[in-house]
Amino acid sequence: MATQKRTVEVALSTTGLDSQGRPQRVPLVTDESGAAVALEAPPSIEPELEGEHMLINIGPQHPATHGVLRLVLELDGETVVRCIPHIGYLHCGFEKTGEYRTYNQIIPWTDREDYLNSPGNNVAFALGAERLFGIEVTERCKVLRVIACELSRIISHLVWLGTTCIDIGAFTPFLWIFQERENVYNLLEGWVGARLTTSLTRVGGMAADIPNGWMDGLRNYIRTFPKTIDEVDKMLTRNGIWVGRTVGLGVMTPEEAVNYGLSGPMLRASGVAYDVRKDFPYLDYETYDFDVPVGTAGDVYDRFLVRMEELRQSVRILQQAADRLPDGPINIDDPRVILPPKSKATSEMESMIHHFKLVMEGPRPPVGESYVAVESPKGEKGYYMVSDGTSKPVRWRIRPPSYVNLSAIAKMVEGHLLSDVIAINASIDIVMGEIDR
Amino acid sequence: MGLSPRPERNVVTYDPQTQEGWVTTRLDFLVNWARANSLWPMPFGTACCAIEMMATAASRFDLARFGMERMSFSPRQADMLICAGRVPFKLAPVLRQIWQQMPQPKWAIAMGACASSGNMFDNYAVVQGIDTIIPVDIYVPGCPPRPEGLMYGIMMLQEKVRNETMRNRSSRFEMTPDPASKLYIPPSKIDELSEPFGNSVQQTRSGL
Amino acid sequence: MSKGFDTVQAGRLARGGAPASPRNVQHRGGEPNPTAAALQSRFSGAVKRVDVIWGETTVYVDTARVLEIVQWLHDDQSQLYDYLSDVTAVEYRDTEQPLEVVWHLRSLPYRRFLRLKTQLQKGKPLAVPSVWSVYRGADWLERECFDMFGIRFEGHPDLRRILMWEQYKEGYPLRKDFPLRGRFSRAEQLRQALAAHPEARYSMEELSIAQAFEDLPPDMRQRLGAGEKTGE
Repeated sequence: MATQKRTVEVALSTTGLDSQGRPQRVPLVTDESGAAVALEAPPSIEPELEGEHMLINIGPQHPATHGVLRLVLELDGETVVRCIPHIGYLHCGFEKTGEYRTYNQIIPWTDREDYLNSPGNNVAFALGAERLFGIEVTERCKVLRVIACELSRIISHLVWLGTTCIDIGAFTPFLWIFQERENVYNLLEGWVGARLTTSLTRVGGMAADIPNGWMDGLRNYIRTFPKTIDEVDKMLTRNGIWVGRTVGLGVMTPEEAVNYGLSGPMLRASGVAYDVRKDFPYLDYETYDFDVPVGTAGDVYDRFLVRMEELRQSVRILQQAADRLPDGPINIDDPRVILPPKSKATSEMESMIHHFKLVMEGPRPPVGESYVAVESPKGEKGYYMVSDGTSKPVRWRIRPPSYVNLSAIAKMVEGHLLSDVIAINASIDIVMGEIDR
Repeated sequence: MGLSPRPERNVVTYDPQTQEGWVTTRLDFLVNWARANSLWPMPFGTACCAIEMMATAASRFDLARFGMERMSFSPRQADMLICAGRVPFKLAPVLRQIWQQMPQPKWAIAMGACASSGNMFDNYAVVQGIDTIIPVDIYVPGCPPRPEGLMYGIMMLQEKVRNETMRNRSSRFEMTPDPASKLYIPPSKIDELSEPFGNSVQQTRSGL
Repeated sequence: MSKGFDTVQAGRLARGGAPASPRNVQHRGGEPNPTAAALQSRFSGAVKRVDVIWGETTVYVDTARVLEIVQWLHDDQSQLYDYLSDVTAVEYRDTEQPLEVVWHLRSLPYRRFLRLKTQLQKGKPLAVPSVWSVYRGADWLERECFDMFGIRFEGHPDLRRILMWEQYKEGYPLRKDFPLRGRFSRAEQLRQALAAHPEARYSMEELSIAQAFEDLPPDMRQRLGAGEKTGE
């Protein structure tokens, strides 16, 4: 049994581009109804060579595990019979420490858990805290947060793309991609001072408003970035090696995907059209005009296509957000939550007292709890906060999309080759900081 | 503090105190020059600093200028361990094993505040500075340090490498952890290094 | 390549127009999720309380009947809660309050969100039924809840620590009686972390693979055979 299991192969041809400009894949061998037929795996040449199964340990220190993940594989030759993942090598007590920090002090912690999506995490946490406080932020703040979320979606998908290319063997796109990321880093650094761990939001607003000339930088980026996506697209999407290495791997059916709790591009590649921005919207996402790509095959290639298209859709959202950015204040006007401006805090008594209380004690929400989920690049990212009226949460729970997505890896790699394990692992787009917290 | 000016290269020296001759200093110079300019880093990247390390190796900041584009993921073929990111206790034996697998001469850079001192992770799960597990040569502060910062740290390490001599090999001795406890520095020293300091001291009250 | 999957649209059974970002959400007393009424009518004994806080419906249920309720929520055609977002627990600072185990469920066809909670008294052993048989996604989520709180999930196939190593002696970190910096001194924590047995890198399940157990030296085999816990 085990020696027969291999990746299932299907011969494809590309007939040209469809209406969206993407390569149209057509199976060469079809049955009566027109569905693709898998080629039979050739019979084993030496069936009498039955060996022992090997125990191979990948990680936790490994270039291709995207962090400190440890996979223990049982191999029959080169085919994986069983995979036992071990995590926890980056467990740093986020949730425990959150109970000892005020809400604004937790924001730098949200940077560090999914460190590829720092601005997005900051926004998600601020939304959750504001739900707990019962605060509605200003219009300008909402649009800036959408810009932050989409920029962070772009940089996260770019890292995924770069590292997946390296895992599968293509080194050049990695360098192109990191050059693109430097452009976004320049924007973020101009905005808030930090490249990677941004701490962009505060409860009730943002850490800082965008400086003069920043929008020109953003518009310039929107103009130039699609060219890089096109270059990488040209290099990979119809590339025989890339298609051969990724088609048919790690397939999850839609029912399985929903049952395993997958989210984000993993779920959408399997055909389930669930995107938190569309189904449980926040920050007025229903007023933006964008599409959500949904795959049909649930394999690694489809996840690649879904993420590439999401990059283009993010640029579309950024264009709309840049056009509609209203003037006005970015922070709400509540002195019990937002620090007063420094000039007032040093001259007026009342502002000084508010400043003192907010810094020493922190803003205090009413008793209650809230769960706010956003669509992070990895999937449904949720922050569940419980408050008992004090300035530090009773419980701060992070619902990590990569954690739940990774739990399906044992199912996805069974029957595949060892090199496919690396490709499947790359396609899940994990971030160990978020998984282990 | 920091980088010192380049030493005079054309000067022939004989130091009567140490009796180091021209040959040994030239040999030192040659060996150290070769070592410093071809350090092969072993990236032990765990978290956010690993992303900045990747950015340092990428085209804008380019570690290849320093001879380091060949990142060695096998410790047996590496000279320099860059520990980039926070190290929880579960990962501590892994780091120790990787360090012990590296052959001499080897150096360690603690990149970022988490590897240097534990950073904001002053809790039950994180090692408060990897110098409690392995001997560290250079600490690069930052959260995460900018790529320029990491390169400055690497240049400092190169200078440290250039100043080594063959007469004094004490920096090339392998650490000898206590076989029972596997600690290479006394427990009181570990506790002293891990003492909370700064804001962390105030932030142990849950709820106000 | 597998045959193409047809697109499954979320919200295909939802009524009430396109979803919109929430505005002016009330602290308490909002409109509850229709599932709450359905649960109250069908499981009237088990449902203790229904709360609507910040627009989210929370239903408190009896611990013993959790699995039955979750199974019904998953299977019933008018509920179809097919997606498990999260399983977690909350311990309050007030020692009088019991521990709560929380399930966050989503119905993708109906576009609904429900929070199910049950309360565990602190003096007694902390155990709840596992929902792994209904949602495979509960596997790791429940393991983490066990690791952090010490709550046993009955019916889980492989309940062991996931984030901390298996022989972690300090306790359950997210409990309120567990200090932030742990119970032992730093040197002691480091010593315990570094002192893992060599064979503790692999669990018993893994060592049984590939007949590797036969190759171990006899004293290790004896220790493992005597039931010494291994693994991480």
